[in-house]
Amino acid sequence: MFAITRINLIQMLATVVLVTLLVVGTRRMTVVPGRFQSVVEMGLDFVRVNIAEDILGRKDGKRFLPILTTIFFMVLFMNITGVIPFLNIAGTSVIAVPMLLAIVAYVTFIYAGIKKSPGGFFRNSLMPPGLPWFLYILIIPLEFLSTFIIRPVTLTLRLLMNMVVGHLMLVLFFAATQFFVVDLSGWWTALGAGSLAFGFAFTLFEIFVAFLQAYVFAILTAVYIQLAVAEEH
Amino acid sequence: MDATTVLAQVTGNVATIGYGLAAIGPAIGVGIVVGKTIEGVARQPELAGRLQVLMFIGIAFTEALAFIGIATGFIFT
Repeated sequence: MFAITRINLIQMLATVVLVTLLVVGTRRMTVVPGRFQSVVEMGLDFVRVNIAEDILGRKDGKRFLPILTTIFFMVLFMNITGVIPFLNIAGTSVIAVPMLLAIVAYVTFIYAGIKKSPGGFFRNSLMPPGLPWFLYILIIPLEFLSTFIIRPVTLTLRLLMNMVVGHLMLVLFFAATQFFVVDLSGWWTALGAGSLAFGFAFTLFEIFVAFLQAYVFAILTAVYIQLAVAEEH
Repeated sequence: MDATTVLAQVTGNVATIGYGLAAIGPAIGVGIVVGKTIEGVARQPELAGRLQVLMFIGIAFTEALAFIGIATGFIFT
């Protein structure tokens, strides 16, 4: 059964806005950037300098920059719809989107490791050096679990649960306000003012979380790639 | 009414307190990560940027446990 829900519409809207902003911002590039171009450049520079080159170094950073930029901006724009009035739900708050992004990150770091050296990648990620041989019977399944199963699952859950829980918190605060002011009225209105204030405070916190989760998702992808392409130690 | 019947009247699912329990460990963990980062920055302010990146990676790994706590609440209801 295929049906377009409100969240799907919001995801499409976020995608259209993101593509439009990036296309308009980079269409007529000038050496001395205008105000709008410099904002777009600041965003792209942030991913390039603070995520890709910081974690992966100049050479590998350049190789994996497109995928990191895509992940960062897609997560950011789909997160930020959670606090925009009248949209009010994050595009990433259904499991499909974080799962898709986690699969992309998963395939990317395995590809990066196998491209570098297949034997080295699996030896590095499954067999930490310097252990007596009998411990490897325990360590190899554990490392397999943590590298190839826990990593994508936690990438998915971290983003999804942050967005779902953020939405639930906002719902609770504003529903409480409505309950206190409309259903109870009288002196309860004072409590309603308190929950309303907390609702706004959490809205600000959600904006911060939207940025932070985009940053964390991109940086963890970069870290996983870095671990996969690292020299044998 | 003795204590057993009072307890028996609590309806619902124990999973609702699961997240509260699951948040304790990560809360302590995140506290330690951030505290140690502040300590490190106080000792060597020039490393602030690098330490901040490491701090966010550490927080991300630590808080994943709390989110697994929320997810299990949804799964095992």
